[in-house]
Amino acid sequence: MANIFAFVESRGSELRKVGLEATTAARLLADASGGGEVHALVIGPPGIAAKADQIGQHGADVVIVVEHAGLGNYNPEVATATAVERVKAGGYRAAVFSTSAQGRDLSPRVAARLGVSIVTDVLSFEVEGEAIVVRHPLNIGKVIATLAISGTPAVIAMRPNVISPARNAKAGRVETAQPAIDPASARVVVRETRQGSGGKLDLAEAPVVIAGGRGLKAAENFKLVEDLATAFGNAAVGATRAVTDDGWRPHSDQIGQTGRLVSPELYIAVGISGAVQHLAGMRISKTIVAVNKDKDAPIFKLADYGIVGDVFEIIPALTEAVREAKKQH
Amino acid sequence: MKIAVCIKRVPDMDVRFKIGPDNTSLDEVGLKFDLNDFDAWAVEAALQLKEKNPGSEVTAISLGPDSVQETIRKALSMGVDRGIHLKADKVPFDGYSIARALSEELKAGAYDLILFGKISPDSSNGVVGPMTAELLGLPCVTAISSLSIEGGKGTAKRELEGAQEIVDFPLPAVLTVDEGLNTARYPSLKGIMAAKKKPLDVKAAALPAPQISVRKLELPAERKAGRIVGEGAAAVPELIKLLQTEAKVL
Repeated sequence: MANIFAFVESRGSELRKVGLEATTAARLLADASGGGEVHALVIGPPGIAAKADQIGQHGADVVIVVEHAGLGNYNPEVATATAVERVKAGGYRAAVFSTSAQGRDLSPRVAARLGVSIVTDVLSFEVEGEAIVVRHPLNIGKVIATLAISGTPAVIAMRPNVISPARNAKAGRVETAQPAIDPASARVVVRETRQGSGGKLDLAEAPVVIAGGRGLKAAENFKLVEDLATAFGNAAVGATRAVTDDGWRPHSDQIGQTGRLVSPELYIAVGISGAVQHLAGMRISKTIVAVNKDKDAPIFKLADYGIVGDVFEIIPALTEAVREAKKQH
Repeated sequence: MKIAVCIKRVPDMDVRFKIGPDNTSLDEVGLKFDLNDFDAWAVEAALQLKEKNPGSEVTAISLGPDSVQETIRKALSMGVDRGIHLKADKVPFDGYSIARALSEELKAGAYDLILFGKISPDSSNGVVGPMTAELLGLPCVTAISSLSIEGGKGTAKRELEGAQEIVDFPLPAVLTVDEGLNTARYPSLKGIMAAKKKPLDVKAAALPAPQISVRKLELPAERKAGRIVGEGAAAVPELIKLLQTEAKVL
């Protein structure tokens, strides 16, 4: 039996979905190593304590709440020092983080201070005696590595969307704590967090990804893809390299480049034939739908469901049908 | 300013990879190697700072077998002043091990700024920069997409999911570079000639025993053969039904 630590990511006074995923991942790890406790740490401005119930329901036995007026923005040095202090005191078998912009910043710092290694972008894990064995994508998803972590605690950062945050009836015990260092003493200061326009979902985290390719013929036709994403309500828009190279979409929308692997519940490829690079970037999606005029396009070999035909006719019809289906819920 | 850039030699990703006979390493036959893109942007950032601050010196450091000297030479040909090769039989997956070896070398260098690419496409772990910063006890900002440095202080922008952070930090500091910071220059012919005469020190890498071992590498599982639902907009209702009842994603 071993206790597991989870870091619950927040932004301002809101929890992020990846934070609940990390909590549920820690729950699964605790259960797999004989049913220990999950201790989840959340750090934020006054008011974040109101989220403790939600963290408990996602698998935490103890929710450690650190509130401070100076923590409205992410403070890497406070988060690192506070997480390190808790992990050292708790003697955990493993510490679970998220592979997000914040988690990629925080988790290696914590591991280095603990004197242990770390694996980010973890796809799945198992407990094997003394080792925790994880799967991790290499070479932009073209190779999958199985890695054994021997250090204690094993520090891992989960890839977004690979764990479904599970709810149970339990509410965790709440403990309040102070930041391990005074936020005003931090050397690195996040002066401002600028929210992007319209709360755009991130490709790596969105449950649904709609991606467009050359088959859309022109930049303005991406509106079809955006309309379909809006109909889903929980979708992000992605693109192929051909499209971003042509400047139809920003490079940050490209799927298949370094660090741009997607693994949503549902991936819809619109007018994408399926270059090797692109297929590597999306093949671990749970369900893949392809719409393309060429029935021999490589994308159809990967797609669970395909429709052959004109995207300009099919996508508006699909958008309408998704809108109807969502209404009935 | 004294600037160090830590760089990595990585394979070109635009190929179908093969797993070696030991099942724990890649078959490197036929792979082309080059400087990691993110590291090239870090080198470019260092060179731009050097151009703004006359008298600056830029050092490129790479850990690995002798082949990494080719990558260091590329950085030298872009305009880096000197190179350090931390010699190791191979580059371990364990980023902590690498960070320990790099910090051993960096701690004596009195650098004002230490730059890394934010991630390399091969190991796709992205941890060596921030780990090295912690081992050196230095302030660190990761994944920056803009940077200004003046009077011993810096400001950087980080891209988050659907948001940006504006971050202030003092020097000396460790930064990791994201896409969008700059466009890396190509080595000029003059630069390539000059690089041959620039100093490149070779030292043994002080790599501690790794805490992560590679059990196996494999190619991603083939997906089950899918099916064509139909042709044209007439197939949409059937697709919706499958997404609701079979895939259960709608």
